[in-house]
Amino acid sequence: MTKLIDSAGLRNDGRKLNELRPIKLEVGILKNADGSAYIEMGKNKIIAAVYGPKEVHPRHLVRPDRAIVKCRYHMASFSTDTRKNPAPSRRETEISKIIRQSLEPSLILEDYPRTAIHIWVEVLQSDGGSRCAGVTAASLALADAGINMRDIVASCAAGKVDGKVVLDLDNIEDMEGETDMPVAIMPNIGDVTLFQMDGIMSPAEFKEAFELAITGCQEIYKLQKQALFTKYFGTDQPQVQEGE
Amino acid sequence: MINLSEIKRKYVIPGELIAQGSYGIRGNMLKIGDKIYATRIGMAEVSTDTIRLISLNGSYMPRLDDIVVGKVINFNAFGWQVDIKSWFPAFLPAANVMGRDYSSSRDSLASQLTIGDQLLAAIAGYDRTRDPMLSISGPGLGKIAEGNTIKVSPSKVPRVIGKKGAMINAIESGSGCRLSIGQNGIIVMVGSADSITKATSALNLIESEAHSPGLTQKVHDILSLGDKR
Repeated sequence: MTKLIDSAGLRNDGRKLNELRPIKLEVGILKNADGSAYIEMGKNKIIAAVYGPKEVHPRHLVRPDRAIVKCRYHMASFSTDTRKNPAPSRRETEISKIIRQSLEPSLILEDYPRTAIHIWVEVLQSDGGSRCAGVTAASLALADAGINMRDIVASCAAGKVDGKVVLDLDNIEDMEGETDMPVAIMPNIGDVTLFQMDGIMSPAEFKEAFELAITGCQEIYKLQKQALFTKYFGTDQPQVQEGE
Repeated sequence: MINLSEIKRKYVIPGELIAQGSYGIRGNMLKIGDKIYATRIGMAEVSTDTIRLISLNGSYMPRLDDIVVGKVINFNAFGWQVDIKSWFPAFLPAANVMGRDYSSSRDSLASQLTIGDQLLAAIAGYDRTRDPMLSISGPGLGKIAEGNTIKVSPSKVPRVIGKKGAMINAIESGSGCRLSIGQNGIIVMVGSADSITKATSALNLIESEAHSPGLTQKVHDILSLGDKR
């Protein structure tokens, strides 16, 4: 087995242990959707689109006091090295639910009674951590759609590879490493909206990985903020105007 | 910390802290304790005691007495279904158009309004539990006989109208075409082909640069292009 972390403490793609993959975010890329966003996170390339609020179909799913959220995570047939069957797999069904559940706390659904909000996450090219990248992009798409939100959701994974705690696992580290732990947070409110872990870590390692994941999410939040500012205000820096 | 004589403007995104303290808030904001967070992308105007957040996107939320432009998508014996670019189609009851003695066996709805017709109507009833109800009884309301429509984002309608109607007056006098503005962001333009082209370019400019300073001047510039005076 190849070593995932070399003697200099660098990972297989040359990153440091606490380093994120390069991230590119863009908001409002689809004209037909009410809101949309695109993310490149390492080799991941993902489009998120939001439609709604709109009428609920089938009608029996209507909630009289709030909106319902429907989410579909899907990997394109060409997103992996061997062709992926385009039919929704068990894994995709799970991730759809996970993305919905990590975004729902950020939405003020009571403002949109009797409606549905649709979130589509389409993976064009996959690397590890696509659920986190999907959540990050989908949250921007929701903001772009102008849906009332408590906060933007930022997401990234931490884990254990070759006995070391690392941030933002890629595909090889995810498969050959010991532990993968995706986390999503609402950075301003300080709530965790997604937390999964497969693999084993000691309590000390877990604490370290969790804190690392949070700092990673906060870094991603800064990029999300920049992407929204670039789209809407033509500047990537927050600014205050005085007077009229 | 807060200067009492000024309005502070700040670009915000959802979840961003706008201010801390006892403020009155008007829409698109969330109060947790004494901290006020934005729930939309937009511009927050912080004055001494109130905060207003003008959002830059989002679909139309019906409000009572709003004037909207809609398109008839269907009708049955009781009235018309009208698309007002909101979450639900609005309903225009037949009795509102035909009068109280409307009878479904005697009168034909299609003689008044049919599928595809555009109309200017007021929101006569709406709450969280019911679809919006329309009314066309009122001055200037009813079927739109002619004109081209253009859609702007509903959140930018206040910009199109401007302070005390300054912007809409500028567009109307500059292009020579008459505008009817629906609060849902659909604008009907009536006039010559040339004037409609002019008004369209002005409205597109407002749509794309709604939040930039000096917008009124830019609109004036675009309208005086090719002006003979």
